[in-house]
This record gives sequence, C-alpha cells and structure tokens, in this order.
Amino acid sequence: MLLVLVLAPFAGSVAAICIPTDKGTPAAWLSGGVALFCLATAAGLYPVIASGRILRYDVHWLPELGLNFTLRMDGFAWMFASLVTAIGLLVVVYARYYMSASDPVPRFFSLFLAFMGAMLGVVLSGNLILLAIFWELTSIVSFLLIGYWHHNSHAREGARMALTITGTGGLCMFVGLMLIGHIVGSYDLDVVLSSGDVIRDDPLYTTVLVLILLGALTKSAQFPFHFWLPHAMAAPTPVSAYLHSATLVKAGVFLLTRLWPVLAGTDAWFWIVGMAGLSTLLLGAYFAIFQQDMKGLLAYSTISHLGLITVLLSLGSPLAAVAAIFHTMNHATFKASLFMAAGIIDHETGTRDMRRLSGLFRYMPFTATLAMVASAAMAGVPLLNGFLSKEMFFAEAIETHKYNILDTVTPYVATLASMFAVTYSLRFIHSVFFGPQPHDLPKMPHEPPHWMRAPIEFLVFACLVVGIVPSWTIGPFLHTAVKSVLGDATPVYSLAVWHGWNLPLFMSVIALVGGVGLFLIMKPYLATSVEGPPFFRRLEGQRIFERVLVTLSWKWARSIEMRAGTRRLQPQMRILVAVAVLAGAVTLLAQGFKPAAIVLRSIDPAFALIWLIGMICAVGAAYQAKFHRLAALVLLGGAGLVTCLTFVWLSAPDLAVTQLLVEIVTTVLILLGLRWLPKRIEDPNDPEIMTFSTRMRRLRDLATALFAGLGMMILSYTMMSREAPDTISSYFLERAYSEGGGTNVVNVILVDFRGFDTLGEIAVLCIVALTVFALLLRFRPATESLETPEQQRMQNAFDDEHPHRNTGDSIAEYLLVPSVIMRWMFPVIGMLATFLFFRGHDLPGGGFAAGIAMSIGFILQYMAGGTRWVEERLRIHPLRWMAIGLVIATATGLGSWLFGYPFLTSHAQYASLPIIGKIPLATAILFDLGVFSLVLGATVLILIALAHQSVRAPRAQLIRAARAAAKEGS
Amino acid sequence: MELVLAAGIGVLTASGVWLLFRPRTYQVIIGLSLLSYAVNLFIFGMGRLRVNAPPLLEPGGTGGLLTHTDPIPQALVLTAIVIGFAMTALFLVVLLASRGFTGTDHVDGRE
Repeated sequence: MLLVLVLAPFAGSVAAICIPTDKGTPAAWLSGGVALFCLATAAGLYPVIASGRILRYDVHWLPELGLNFTLRMDGFAWMFASLVTAIGLLVVVYARYYMSASDPVPRFFSLFLAFMGAMLGVVLSGNLILLAIFWELTSIVSFLLIGYWHHNSHAREGARMALTITGTGGLCMFVGLMLIGHIVGSYDLDVVLSSGDVIRDDPLYTTVLVLILLGALTKSAQFPFHFWLPHAMAAPTPVSAYLHSATLVKAGVFLLTRLWPVLAGTDAWFWIVGMAGLSTLLLGAYFAIFQQDMKGLLAYSTISHLGLITVLLSLGSPLAAVAAIFHTMNHATFKASLFMAAGIIDHETGTRDMRRLSGLFRYMPFTATLAMVASAAMAGVPLLNGFLSKEMFFAEAIETHKYNILDTVTPYVATLASMFAVTYSLRFIHSVFFGPQPHDLPKMPHEPPHWMRAPIEFLVFACLVVGIVPSWTIGPFLHTAVKSVLGDATPVYSLAVWHGWNLPLFMSVIALVGGVGLFLIMKPYLATSVEGPPFFRRLEGQRIFERVLVTLSWKWARSIEMRAGTRRLQPQMRILVAVAVLAGAVTLLAQGFKPAAIVLRSIDPAFALIWLIGMICAVGAAYQAKFHRLAALVLLGGAGLVTCLTFVWLSAPDLAVTQLLVEIVTTVLILLGLRWLPKRIEDPNDPEIMTFSTRMRRLRDLATALFAGLGMMILSYTMMSREAPDTISSYFLERAYSEGGGTNVVNVILVDFRGFDTLGEIAVLCIVALTVFALLLRFRPATESLETPEQQRMQNAFDDEHPHRNTGDSIAEYLLVPSVIMRWMFPVIGMLATFLFFRGHDLPGGGFAAGIAMSIGFILQYMAGGTRWVEERLRIHPLRWMAIGLVIATATGLGSWLFGYPFLTSHAQYASLPIIGKIPLATAILFDLGVFSLVLGATVLILIALAHQSVRAPRAQLIRAARAAAKEGS
Repeated sequence: MELVLAAGIGVLTASGVWLLFRPRTYQVIIGLSLLSYAVNLFIFGMGRLRVNAPPLLEPGGTGGLLTHTDPIPQALVLTAIVIGFAMTALFLVVLLASRGFTGTDHVDGRE
C-alpha cells in the first residue's frame, strides 16, 4: 500500500505529461483523481496507524551499503501524508479554475503530481539516503514549478535562487545524514531513532547537527536563508498555496521534528535552532507588515510562522513538540486558504498590489468573508485554530527550559511577533476589502466560479471547527502523530479553548490590542509607502546572494581563466606531457623504483637490426614532417612495419595481421588527405628559425621529448624484465576452448568474454566514421589546393601538345598495368577477407582484420578505375553496412536473453559443410559478422568520403566558373 | 630482446612527443601516430616477450601461461589499433577542414 501511495503520483505525472498541451481539463481530472486516490489510501491506513503500529515496506536495493528502498509510515508520517494529499486535492480543484487556457496546463499538473510524489517520498522514507533522494527531488521539481512561467524573468530568477539555496542546503543535509549513518552504522530510520544517545554523545554530533540544520533551515526558509521564499512568489498561485505554505517549506520542519528525538535537547541545538527560529519569527512578521504585494505579505508571514514552529522545536520539551506539530497543521490550513484567496483576487482584478486594491468587499463578499476568517486564524483570534497553537506556544515560551538569555527573551519576542502578526493580518484584510471604491483596476472584479472558492470554504471550515471543538476533531489524529514522535515521553496536554485567566491569555490580549493599535498608527504610511520595511530595505538577502554568485561564478572564474588558462594548443600539450612525465617520475621514485640491471645477452641481431631501422624511421619522420610530408608518411609506415614485425616475432599473429592492414589503410587515407594540403616550401631565410627564443623553445621541447622517451624506455625495460605477476590471463587460456568454443584466445576474448567492450568499441568506430562523413559533407578545401595537381597538369599538357593524343591518355596508359591487376585483385581480396573472417575464431584473423582487408579491396578499385567508374559498377552503401553490423552485433547479444542468459552470452558449436569441412559455428561468429560489417562500412565510408572530394571540388569549381560567366554576360 | 624493444619504445615516444609540440597540424598527426605505436608496444610488453608461443590452443585443449603468451594485452592492443586508426582519420579530416577554413596549418588556426 505504501509503495502504491508513493508511486501513484509519479505514474500520474508521467500520464499527465502525455496529454496534449491544450487539453487542460483532462489533466486536472487525472490529477484530482490521483490525489483523491492517495488521500483515500492514506485514510484507509488510519485504523492500523492509530493502533500504534508502524507500517513498513522493504525492497533490497544495495543492502551491502545499507541502502534499501524502505518506506515507513507511523502516525507523524501519516499526518503529513494526509496533509500533502488533502491540500493537494484542494489545490488541484483550485488550479483547474486558476490556470489560464493559454498556459501548458498538463505540464503544470504533471509537475504538480511529481512534486506530490516526491513530498510523499520524503515523509514516508524509512531510510535516510532515500529521504535525501526524495528531498533533492522536491527541490528540483519545485524549481520547475516556480519557473513554470519561464518567459518571465522574475520566475526564472526566483526558481534559480530557490534551487541554489535549497539545493546547497540539501547537499549539506545529505552529508549530515551520511554521518549519522556512519555513527549509528545503519541508515534505517527505526535504528537511527532508537540510538539518540549514541548520536548525541558522538564527537561528530556538532558537525552532524550543523549540516542537517543547514538542510532543514534552508528548506524552511529560516533566517538568514529566508529570502528565497518571497522571490519564489513568482510561481503560479496554486504552487505558492501548495509548496510555499503547506508542503515544501514544511519539509524542513518535518525533518527537524522527525529527528527531534535524536538530535534535540542539547545546548547546541537550543542555541542554533532557537536563534534561527526567534530571529525568523520576529523579522518575518516585521517584514510582512511592510509588503505591498499580497503574496509577498503572505510569504513573509509564512516565514514568520515557520520560525514559530522552529522555536518550539528548539525548546526541547515534549509539550513544545506537541505545539509544533499542531501548529504545522493549523498553519497549513489557514495559509493555503489565504494564498488561494489572494490568487482569486489577483485573478479577478489583475493586480496584487495592496496600494491599488481597496473596497473589494462589495464585489466579492463571500471570498472576503472567507479571507477574513483565515486571516483571523493567522492573527490568532480566539475560536480559530491559530489561536490554540499560539496559546500553546505562549505557554511554552513562558516556561523556563534553560537558564540563559535566549530563554528569557523568548516570551517578549513571542508577544511582539504576535502583535506584528495581528497588524499584518489586519492590514491584509483592510486594504484589500475595505476602504473606498477601487479605481483603474485592470479588470472589473466579481465573485469567482463556485468551485474555485470551494477549496477555501473547506479549509476555512476546518479552521473554524478545529478552533471551536478541537478535541473532537483534530484531537485523535494529533495524538497519533505526537505519540509516534515522542513515544513514551508523550506529555499530557489539553486542547481546550478556555484555560482560565492565565498568562498566555494575557499575552494574547496584549498582542491583539497592540496589533490593532500599531495598525492604526501605521495605516497612513502603509497606504502609499514603497515595498519593503524601512531601514532593512537595502539589506536584502537577495543582493548579497547575487553578489556572491557573481563573484564566485563569474569574477573569480574569469580571473583564474585569465591567469592559468590558454587557448593555444602548444602550451596545453607541453603542460599535459610535462604533468604526465612528472606524475610518472615522482610516483615511481617515491615508491623506491629501481631500474632493472641491463643484461646484454640473448639479443637476436636480426631483431636488433629491424629495430635500428625502426628507430631511424621514427626519428626521420619526426625530422621530415614539417616540409616533406610524403617522406614523413613513408617513414611513419616504416616504423609501423617494424611494429608489425615485432608482433610477428613475439607471438602475436593477430596483432601483426591487424597492424599490417591498418597500416595500409592509414597510409592510403593520409595520401588522400595530402592532396588537399597545400605544399609547405622550406625557406632557408625564414627569420623565425634564427631567433633566440625559437631556439630555446625547441631546445626545451627536445629535452622534454628526450626525457619522456628515456623514461618510457627505462620503465618498459624494467617492466619487461620482471617476472609476470599472476593475472586473469590463465583464466582465459583455460576456458577459451571449453567455454568460448574457439582456439584463438585473443579472438575469443574479443567476441565472447569481453564482447561488451568490443560492442562499445565498434560503436565508437561507427561514431567516428559518421563524424568524418559529416565533416566532409561541408568540407571546403584550402583554396591553394583547388586547381588540378601539378603532375596531372604536366601530363595533360603533354597530351595537348601531341595532336594524336587525347587529354587524359597519359594517366590511363601510365596506370594501365597496375589498374588491371588491381581490378583482378578484387575477388582475391574478397576471398582473403572471407578466409580471415572464418578462421578468426580458431586461428589469427577475425572480424576486424577481415573488415579492413575487404575495405582495402574496395579502395583499390577506386584507385584503379576512379570514383565514377566504380560507382557505376558496384553498389557501395557503407552507411547501411555499418547499420547492419551494429544491428547484428547487438541482436546477437540480445538473443542470449531469449534463452535466459546474460547479454552477449555465446553458444559454441561446429557445423559440417560440404567440401569445406567442419567450421566453428559459435554465435560469436554472428557477433563477429557484425564487427566485420561495421568495420568494413566505417573504413570504406571514411576513405570514400575523402576520395569523393576530388569529384566534388572540380564540380564546385565548374559551378563557380559558370556563375561568374553568367554574371559577366548580364 | 627486452632492451631492444625498450629502446625502440623510447625512441618512438621521444619522436612522438617532439612532434606533438610542433606548431603544424600534420606534424601533430604524425606524432600521435608514432606515440600510439609506442603505447601499443608498451601495453603489449605487459604480457612479457615470448617467441613461438602464440595464444592459439589445440582444438579441445586448454592452455596456460607456461606454454602460451599472455592473450589479454594482445586483445587490448588489437582494439587500440583500430581505435587509433579511427582517431587518425578524424584528426586528418579536422586538419583538412581547419586548413580550408582558416587558411593556415598552424594548430591554433592562426600563425
């Protein structure tokens, strides 16, 4: 049941987002249905909860880390869950009429339901980590809800501020919760709640407390983090009514109450929570008086009331905790109804500015009456629910809990704040509903549709009923909730309206009278004053916040970038290599690295000779790469061939085959590229070579390069002359045949044991090929290289000089014999590729090698006959081949699911074919077929895309010439 | 054997790193290719150098590190070779596009 309760809103959210944007009503019905369903579910659970049982729902998630998906419902969680769903239902009804048809209403309801789900998750979590996850979720969804009108910059800024502050607090809280888990040894809420003494005695207690308080106080908008809440009023009013009065901001208070048995009672708790609560209570109420925006007034009033709850929690006495829980509920009812009333006024008149509004009583008497009752509850007038919890608060404020200054001033601050509350409540009612006829309002006010008012009626009715006969209505529910938090420490408390002539009543009277008096004095000033309280107007939290943000994320970031950053590649490369070399050298030397002694025996002279050539090639390539690119390419190929021979020599036939084939393709590729790279002519008089700084730079680069080379040499020599450690290699060698069904262990590793890696790798290859293709589609070659190459021009000139020759004859004759051979090679190469492919599982070869071999076959045809000739005769669709390859490889992997095995499990079997004999037919060969197809497609695509440039560029030139001619003609 | 190969790796690395610091795009490509040879050989060397012991089993048999060379570095290097090719291809195209776009073959797109 608990799982259904939490998941239903999320499911509804997904369903709501699927509704077309212009269909608001179905979305509202859906949300209402979901909210009603959740409320009914919660109500159905009440008998079980009331009997004192705790409902739990456990799913093992990561039990090794103590992280389980645990939902837990006790009386307190039940109370909150009912609050969340009940107010949610009312707000849905309200929003149905509030939201304008021009807004994307289904998105609103989708986010709304997601928020409801996240909030239910927070209150029902039975695991601290899960709680933190849902907590973050509420922050994110509330960000989206505040920014719902994202075309409005206030909404965007308010949303960002709320997210930054509550998100930062949430992260602090997350660390705090993890510390609790570390202290207790479990994240389970039941375990944590029963080990309060352990936590309070732990040396980390203060850290935990501060971190968790940061989370709770930011969420509940407590001073000095309060300023995000007024800015969040840019949200649609249903959001304010739901999130910023009843639920989201209560999450912080919820957490404080939830962990109250564990964390409360210490001096640190008393001071931090008490200071935050008291200052919030007073400042919130004071600021509220001076707001001109109705929602701003309500927001500051909310801040103040949350401060009141926080103060109650700080006192550490069970009776105060009862009052806190009670006031949480009361505040939710009257504040939600006030927000809705403010929304109605905004909706019907088009403004929320209290300087412009007045005398609305004659236009909307019902709404006015409802708002008046709710305001009276907010002010704490007797016979309303706000009065009861306020009396309890006063009673607790008078009690002495700790002998210090904070405890002494509490009753005075409480009375003063309460006086302010009366003032701003009066102000709200008086300036909106009474006074002269309003003029120049954007709209002509009138009563809203009946169902828009219904939620307020219900809530105000609740205020009245609870206020008059508390013990018959709210009593049992409150008792269940209190009992689940306080357990055996539940005190005896009375919910009666009349407690006799006592000090709290006296304080209430002072507050009421003083408040009315203050209002009368302030009235003329407030009617015209600017927004915000005097003196504090300039000291806005928002400005400090923005300034900090700008400094951190803009100024400092820029200055660091200016000083430490560079956009030039060469310094970056130097730093990169230097750091790599230093990191290697320092760690090795610190670990006491000793290079192995050099042993000169057992050097094969042939091998040494090969490598002598290899080294010459490498150095030569490095020397020639600037001005003699072709020579450098040839030398690079030499070094590649030596690498390839090394693989042959040292028992790696697979590598040798692949290296050889890749070497060929790379050379062809770079040759194709060189066509578009204009020549670099060496200029012996280039002044750049001569300068001192250039020389020094080169010397430094040379030193770094030599150092890196020497380091690699020592490192690899030492590594290779040590005994090999025990690795997982023997596992593969033993199992390759019995489990992979192939005798070529390297291939079996690639297509079977580590098939998933190979799948990822061919996907990378695919992406690279597509990138190359896309880049070349819009390729503009260097202008110098546009004309026909020099050799071709010479040949054509020769043809033109001789009358019996046609242009292009020379090339055709020159390449006649090679091109015939190349054409004949095509089937042979195809045969070779097939051979390599089929023997791959047992002998050197495989899909990679076969694919590259086959692509060489294709490129040879291009070289022999030219692009047009080939494409007239062969159908070449590398993109399709790649797609087919990827699909085959993935489908082979998925196929093993059909038989109940993990992804990419292969099945090995031999099949007999006529003539050829037995061939291995593991499903791995299908996978390898996918690899083959993809490698073939990717390689051909890259090569052809480059080769096509020689067709495209002249065509583009022709078009350009034709255009120029047309222009001259006209 | 080890000494020769180690010296080879060292020279390939030094040449590659030197080219990596050069200002011309083509030099950087050649440098990266040389460096990838060195790295591939280094990874390959992790399995130690063995002559005449390719990781090919008798049909139906099993193998061990006594009779066969280590297959894992080979499998790693095999994929590295193919990815290295893809990288070279991509850089080459970026080089050509940058040359056409900026009119210079300096790595920063301006002299």
